[in-house]
Amino acid sequence: MSDIKQQVRGFIASNFIISDLDKLADGASLLEHRILDSTGFIELVSFLEETFKVQIQDDEMVPENLDSLDNIEAYIHRKRAG
Amino acid sequence: MAFLQTSLDACVRRHPDKEAIVTRERRCSYAQLSREADLLGAALQRRGVRKGERVAILLENSIEVAAALYGILRIGGVFIVINPQTKADKLAYLLQDSGATALITGRSFELVYASAVAAASECHTLIVEGLAADADLGHCRLLSMQAVLAGSAADIAPSGLIDYDLASLVYTSGSTGKPKGVMLSHVNMCTAADAIATYLELRNDERILCALPMAFDYGLYQLLLCVQVGATLVLEKSFVFPAKVLELMAQERVTVLPGIPTIYSMLLGFSALAKYDLSALRTLTNTAAALPKRQISDLRAAFPQARIFSMYGLTECKRVTYLPPEQLDIRPDSVGRGMPNEELWLVDESGQRLPNGATGELVIRGSHVMRGYWRDPAATALRLRPGPLQGETVLYSGDIFRTDAEGYLYFVARRDDIIKSRGQKVSPREIEDVLYRLDGVQEAAAIGIDDEVWGQAIKVFVVARPGVTLAEKQVLLHCRQHLEDYMMPKAVSIVPELPKTDTGKIRKTGLK
Repeated sequence: MSDIKQQVRGFIASNFIISDLDKLADGASLLEHRILDSTGFIELVSFLEETFKVQIQDDEMVPENLDSLDNIEAYIHRKRAG
Repeated sequence: MAFLQTSLDACVRRHPDKEAIVTRERRCSYAQLSREADLLGAALQRRGVRKGERVAILLENSIEVAAALYGILRIGGVFIVINPQTKADKLAYLLQDSGATALITGRSFELVYASAVAAASECHTLIVEGLAADADLGHCRLLSMQAVLAGSAADIAPSGLIDYDLASLVYTSGSTGKPKGVMLSHVNMCTAADAIATYLELRNDERILCALPMAFDYGLYQLLLCVQVGATLVLEKSFVFPAKVLELMAQERVTVLPGIPTIYSMLLGFSALAKYDLSALRTLTNTAAALPKRQISDLRAAFPQARIFSMYGLTECKRVTYLPPEQLDIRPDSVGRGMPNEELWLVDESGQRLPNGATGELVIRGSHVMRGYWRDPAATALRLRPGPLQGETVLYSGDIFRTDAEGYLYFVARRDDIIKSRGQKVSPREIEDVLYRLDGVQEAAAIGIDDEVWGQAIKVFVVARPGVTLAEKQVLLHCRQHLEDYMMPKAVSIVPELPKTDTGKIRKTGLK
């Protein structure tokens, strides 16, 4: 598992009560599985900005970038590259 | 219009193929919505659900919520829409308190409903979206929603419903810590819907956005109003991804945006707002908290073609007053002086009516006023008190207003300690009760603190038992397990002690 996904799993594990976090697939929707609620996504954004030193624009707050571990990893890579 | 579902019947007759509800997943015509409602209602009726029985709905905003509630209404049942953020213990409380005999929910809620229904002895039937085949769960029978909706058994036997009967229980937070079920009859809800549709001048070509929880009456009524006027509901699950909501609004040519100050604040702060074509918007509404003057002028500038309605209401009667848009320039701080088919006045501490220009508690009289709090006559008697006509009751709002010389209302303060955060009522007591359940907590206090975006945010103070160390993160994690997102504390302070009153109760004044 990549470092980014590992760190995000760690963030979720220590801030949200999730039973069987290991069973959460990398591609699973965090919203549909109610892993993160609206407050949770705001906290995720802060975590990503602080941890990966990126600035998340408000129009980048979309499921394609944030709603799964796979999406988050791809998004962070793109931000760092671009 | 006698019943809430009467307008659905009318829409099916007049324009069956017109879009009733649009979501990201699918579009649904009035005929389809009506058919799905009948299938769900008939399934409940076959399971023995009768007039007056409560049926709870635990689902994300979706066409299924709409079909479920109209199905329940058609069999004379009383629907309860439960916030999808609700955790297991609160769901158990809501099912037990309401005595719900059935629950309509989804597979993704299994971890929440499994233990809750085990504790709810009156609940015998679940209709579950995402369940492939019928099953048993303890004392409950689980029906597959897809099987019900794929079936053809849609005949509903007459239930003997009259308009005086209940249509819904809407749970609302109170100072005591346990939410209370506001009892709303068909008369109550139809009266409110009529008044609102009238003053908003809703047309049948409206496309109304709902991204508010349907468990909240403000969100629920977007559906009811749409069906009332034969318009189209554009239904989103939440505002969590604002760019997607804006995209949907532009794509679906939304004409009505119901918002709260937190949402308007977020939209106005959205750097790329101008790139979405929102020119179809003709109405913006605001309630739940006051729209700051600065925001009103910013909204005017961002949406010059739209009328803005500042409104005030409470769950106990749905809505009370709106400010006619043309008054916004004259008195932007006012919420108006009533709405059609209603009487309002202010009273002093002894219940005496006050003249214009005074400050006092707002009292409401009308057919939209609730029947009472479910199974709580004592709490009901505090809010529904004798009115001017023999035998009648009127609603004491619990809110202090002042009126100007022309009778326009200005909100002053709440009489109770309820926190208003993100437009939602939050009971400090409910949060404290949750905190006391954490091992090691000796004392706890929850207060509202000013928040620029949310109106108020929640701050909790916790004192640990001697010899115990508590961490802020631990407290937050515990809260997350039991509270909905809008009730989550924003700040936690672990303190050595809390100030007390002479009688030894925790004194909150001065805490910040």
